[in-house]
Formats: sequence, structure tokens, C-alpha cells
Amino acid sequence: MELSGAEILVQCLKDEGVEHLFGYPGGAVLHIYDAIFKQDELRHILVRHEQGAVHAADGYARATGKPGVALLTSGPGATNGVTGIATAYMDSIPMVVLTGQVPTPFIGSDAFQEVDTLGITRPCVKHNFLVKDVRDLAETLKKAFYIATSGRPGPVVVDVPKDVTDPNIKIPYVYPKTIKMRSYNPVKKGHLGQIKKAVDLILSAKRPVIYSGGGVVTGDGAAELTDLVREMNLPITSTLMGLGGYPGTDRQFLGMLGMHGTYEANMAMHDCDVLIAIGARFDDRVTGKIKDFCPEAKIIHIDIDPASISKNVRVDIPIVGPVKSVLADMVKVAKEHKNQPNKEALAQWWSLIEKWRAVNCLKYNTKSKRIKPQHAIELLHKITNGDAYIASDVGQHQMWTAQYYPFDKSQHWLTSGGLGTMGFGLPAAMGAKVAHPDKDVVCITGDGSIQMNIQELATCKQFDLPLKVMLLNNGYLGMVRQWQEFFYGGRYSEVTVEAQPDFVKLAEAYGHVGMRVEKPEDLEGALREMLAMKDRLVFLDVVIDPGENVYPMIMAGKGHHEMQLSPDCELS
Amino acid sequence: MRHIISILMENEAGALSRVAGLFSARGYNIESLTVAPTEDPTLSRMTLVTRGNEEIIEQITKQLHKLIEVVKLADLSEGVHIEREMMLIKVLAKGSHRAEIKRLVDIFRGSIIDVTDSSYIVEMTGTSDKLDAFIGAVHEDLIVETVRTGPSGIARGTKGLSL
Repeated sequence: MELSGAEILVQCLKDEGVEHLFGYPGGAVLHIYDAIFKQDELRHILVRHEQGAVHAADGYARATGKPGVALLTSGPGATNGVTGIATAYMDSIPMVVLTGQVPTPFIGSDAFQEVDTLGITRPCVKHNFLVKDVRDLAETLKKAFYIATSGRPGPVVVDVPKDVTDPNIKIPYVYPKTIKMRSYNPVKKGHLGQIKKAVDLILSAKRPVIYSGGGVVTGDGAAELTDLVREMNLPITSTLMGLGGYPGTDRQFLGMLGMHGTYEANMAMHDCDVLIAIGARFDDRVTGKIKDFCPEAKIIHIDIDPASISKNVRVDIPIVGPVKSVLADMVKVAKEHKNQPNKEALAQWWSLIEKWRAVNCLKYNTKSKRIKPQHAIELLHKITNGDAYIASDVGQHQMWTAQYYPFDKSQHWLTSGGLGTMGFGLPAAMGAKVAHPDKDVVCITGDGSIQMNIQELATCKQFDLPLKVMLLNNGYLGMVRQWQEFFYGGRYSEVTVEAQPDFVKLAEAYGHVGMRVEKPEDLEGALREMLAMKDRLVFLDVVIDPGENVYPMIMAGKGHHEMQLSPDCELS
Repeated sequence: MRHIISILMENEAGALSRVAGLFSARGYNIESLTVAPTEDPTLSRMTLVTRGNEEIIEQITKQLHKLIEVVKLADLSEGVHIEREMMLIKVLAKGSHRAEIKRLVDIFRGSIIDVTDSSYIVEMTGTSDKLDAFIGAVHEDLIVETVRTGPSGIARGTKGLSL
């Protein structure tokens, strides 16, 4: 079969099993778009901004575990995609981003719409390629998908000059079935000796706790994690990225840990004697003050990436390997082990945890005349049976969602954890809706974030993506306002969003349904009405209490045991 | 502490900038860096000298390993190894200085590879300390320019850093 570069690119995507492609055309990718036009298997979603394309591909990947694919043109197309690429990089999301480039003879000449895409994206990709010869195209794409999806996943950029896709140059096409790279061999199994040592340590523990992260979600280890937690009766907490890796409504789950984690999770971290970190990277938002981090604990760390181990916190038993197989091995070793968990010590530990839990740190004022955001999210959880795909933006609403929408399933929570990218939510929800057209997909957002990529409402109209937008509208850039209240003497500098569009009319202008709710008693009805409209995008503007803060909180420079609780929930 | 790291990597465009970019992005310092293809033209061998405590060096080697083009690497400072650096140094050589510099070059086992009526170019190979010592021995007013490669390193014994 003889194909042109453009046809090869499209055929490679099909052979890789790609069904959806998010993109935006331009000069350098015209040949590719012509090849897309001539086929109908690969569905292209035309976004309104390249950042939206990359976030949508990212959301698709998070909601499916399959690599997301975006196609951008050269120059501004590529630079607009960079925030999306960096977002996926920080959260280890498998993605292949194809960028057009000026023809090879023009590279380096400051040609129209030329940027050094490789150079610009190098610090925020797992790897990137420039394809200079059409004969290298198929193998490069195979490598790109292999690298993006194996080991610690991440985005891979493939920069394709226009002449490489020339429709007049046809070459024989073969897509390699497998690829072997001498310089890239991700670990396939954890070291059994280390795994046994880890199990010994856990069995000898009196106050063990699991700290699980996004690696459990991206590494498809949720089932194995659940087995381990149940087998050994362990308490478990999770990072923002790891939510859903273990059922959030289960008794053994302590809630999220870290800056806005629960009291019981953070106290358990502080007092534990054995910490089992799984697919997590000891981020500063999780650890708090490093000196006070788990002061009495021996630490086990399971991660696919050796560079994550002992990066911020020294660990005692490192296990490098995929969480799925390592956890399965741990369960096996534990079941065959001559020792049993220390039942008595664990019972004492659990009763201590229950005392912390009884503080009810997520309590909030339910008597208010204004809508409380926590209540809105709890209601959404109830009405969707906790089963919706939830995308969030970044800020207070993101933390409230993490706290009040317990995820029971993996891959249902799409949020920009590492980079904290405002404007992520709507396009990410789009990606999830493309992947799961029959499921509820809700973007929970704020009035700051939503306006960073609101143009994608048009994409949702054009491609019939009836997702739901729940805007928690407080008229503020709320998280920044909260910090200004706490740490800057209430001097609210540039956080008031005074001129806001009428979101109801705006949604309607895009061809969707817009609704607004201002009173607590109307909230449940409005949410039910929104979710009942299965085939329409509904944009619900929820006017919330503007002064509400995210609690509990570990202030900067404090340890896990020094949490600030909500005024609604004083320690008795 | 000073560490000398030897890296075997794919001989591809962009590989060097990935290494350099990694060091600048993570705030590690590079004292010197030298790279050239090996007997297998698809592979390059890089020698990199850096400083840091053990945690930093551990992170550096792990992060280098993560780069897709890096095939193998070794921290030569962990074992016995040999280091050599080459220097070309142009010095003024007039009157009585001509004979004195010639003697000095002999003592340091260098060689004079270019001669004019008023200057020499000296080629010298050795450890970085030796080259420093030579520079120290020549009066600074006589030095026109120095060009140094930065050290290359190799571990002693039969084992090698190869595929």
C-alpha cells in the first residue's frame, strides 16, 4: 500500500486504535486535514482554541485510560497548546500531540508561523520528535504512542513539517506492530525481595496508613489497591489526583490528605508508624512542612518512576514498578505470609481514627440563607448517585468537589492537579463526553475559571456534547480571595469579578440551556432539572455565598497535625 | 562534592539540549560537559562534571536516566577511574621567555605545536589539576588565550560502559 505522509499519519492513528482526534487546522497541517476529509473512521472534533483541543484530549485520556490525541498547526497553534501539554505532563497523562511545522527547507528561517516547537515543549513533554523524512513517520508515531502510554505516562509531541505530508510523495506503508528501543525500557515488575520486605513491615505495623496517588488511577491499579486495603484492614487516604482509586464512600477511606485534606487523614499521616505511598510523589501540597512529615514512620514507596522515589522525602523501602502488578504481588505475599496483621494494635489505631473522624471536619453551616457550595456538590453527588464523570477547574470549587463528591470509581475525576490550570474543566469534560456519550459528565467550575475557555461551548453545540456545567459563582477569584483574607489582612487585590456576563443568556447565545439558582430551597430542583435534560448542554449558574472558605486547611509552613478547622466545626 | 558522570546516549539531534535543559530547569550546575560520537556512530558518549550533595547527585542520575535518549550512565566518582582533559594554550614567547616556556612545557610533558617569532601554542593533556598547575606556572601576562575541553573519564578495569 503506497500512501502519502498525510495519509500515513491518519492511517497510523487508525492502526493505533485512535477513534477521536481534537484539533484545529492551519497552513502547515492542510495536507493532513485533506486526508482526514477523505475518510470517515477517525472522528475529528473542531475546537475553538488549541488549548481546548489539548485539554479535551487530556480529559478523554483521563476518562478512558487510552491516549488522547490532538492535532495543531505550527506556530501559534503549537504555542496555544503548550499549557495543555504542561498540564498533562504534570499529571502524567498519556497523550500524543501532533503539530504541523513549516516545510523542512524553511526550518530556522523565521518563516511564517514558525516556532521551535521542539524547543518550546521540551521541558514539558515526556519526549518529542521532529520528523524530517516521510519514511520515518510511521515508526516515529509508533514510538510516540509507546512512550506516551508506557512506564510513567506523559505527553509526547510529534512535530511534522508540511513537506513530510506532501500528497504527491507516496511511499509503501507499514505500521510496526511492536517497537523496541534500546534506550527506553520501563520496568515491568516490582522487585519481589523488596515487596516481601514491604509486606513484613506492614504486618509488623501498629499504625499503618496508605497514601495513594494518581499513579493508581493512571496505572489501572484500583482493583488491586482495594484488595490490599481490605486484606490487611488498612486505613487509606488519597491525594487529589488519586481520588477514585479507592471507593470514596468506603469506611476504610479517610478522605483526601494534604492542604485541604480531612482532619482524620492528616492526623493519621502524622501519627502513623508505617506509611505506604503508592503512585504518589510527595508533592508540597500533600506533605506540608517536610520536617514534620510523618515523623515516626517507616516509609514504603511504590512508583513506576525511580526519580520520584526519595526526591522530596527519604524512603525506607522503595519499590520501582507498575502499581498494578506490585499491588497484586503484595496481596499474594500477604495472603501466603506466616504472620497476620496485628489485630489488637489495628483495632486501637482504628478507634483513634474514628475519634478524629468524629470531629466531622467537613461540617458546614446548613442554616444559611445563601447557597453553600458544599451543599450544591453534595446534592449533585446524591442526584448522580456518585456516578458522574466530574471535571473541575482550579480553585475553591475544585477543593470542595474533592471533599464533597466522594468518587467510588477510578477515572471519573478529571482535574488539573499538578499544574493547577484554570480553564481545564470545560474542554476536559468535552473529552470525557466524547468518550462516554451516554454517561453524565459535569464540569464543576468557578466564575474565574470558566471564562478562560468558555469558547468551547460552541464546540459542544457543533458536536452535540450535552455535558452539564455547574458554575459555583461567588463573584470572586475565590481561592486567591481566601488567601488574601487569611494572609494579607483582607486586602482583596484584584480578585473581584465585577463585570460578569449574564451566564444564562451566554449559554443561550451558544445554543444551550442556561439556568440560574440563587436560593438554597431551589437548588435541588434545579439540579434535577439540569440532569434530566439528557440531550442538552445545561449551564447552571449557582450563586453561592461569596464569603465561603475552604476548610480544613494546613497553613503554609505547618505540619499535618496543625490543621485549621472550619469555624463551623470547633474541636470539642 | 564533585562528581563525574559518564553518559552513553543516542547520537541524535536535540539529545544534548535535553541534557542541558534538564540541568537548567532543575537548577543543577554543570561544571563542564564534553560529548562526541563513539566507535558506534549511532551512540554518543558524554562526560559531565557537576557538584552537589548525595541527594542531588542521586536525583541528577535518575533524571538523566529518564531522558529517552539516554541508554546508560555511570557516576565514575563511585569507583576508581581515570580523567583526562586537553588544553590548547597560546602564550607570548619572546627573548628569555622562549627558553623558559619550552622548559616548562617539557616538565609538564606538553608539546609546542605552533611557533611564531613571538608566541607558542602548547598542547597539553592531563588531569584538570595538572592543567591548572601549568596555567599557574606561566606568568599571567604571557597567556594570550586558553582552550580546554573539560575532562573525559573512563573507569579502570575490564568493565566498560557499553551496550
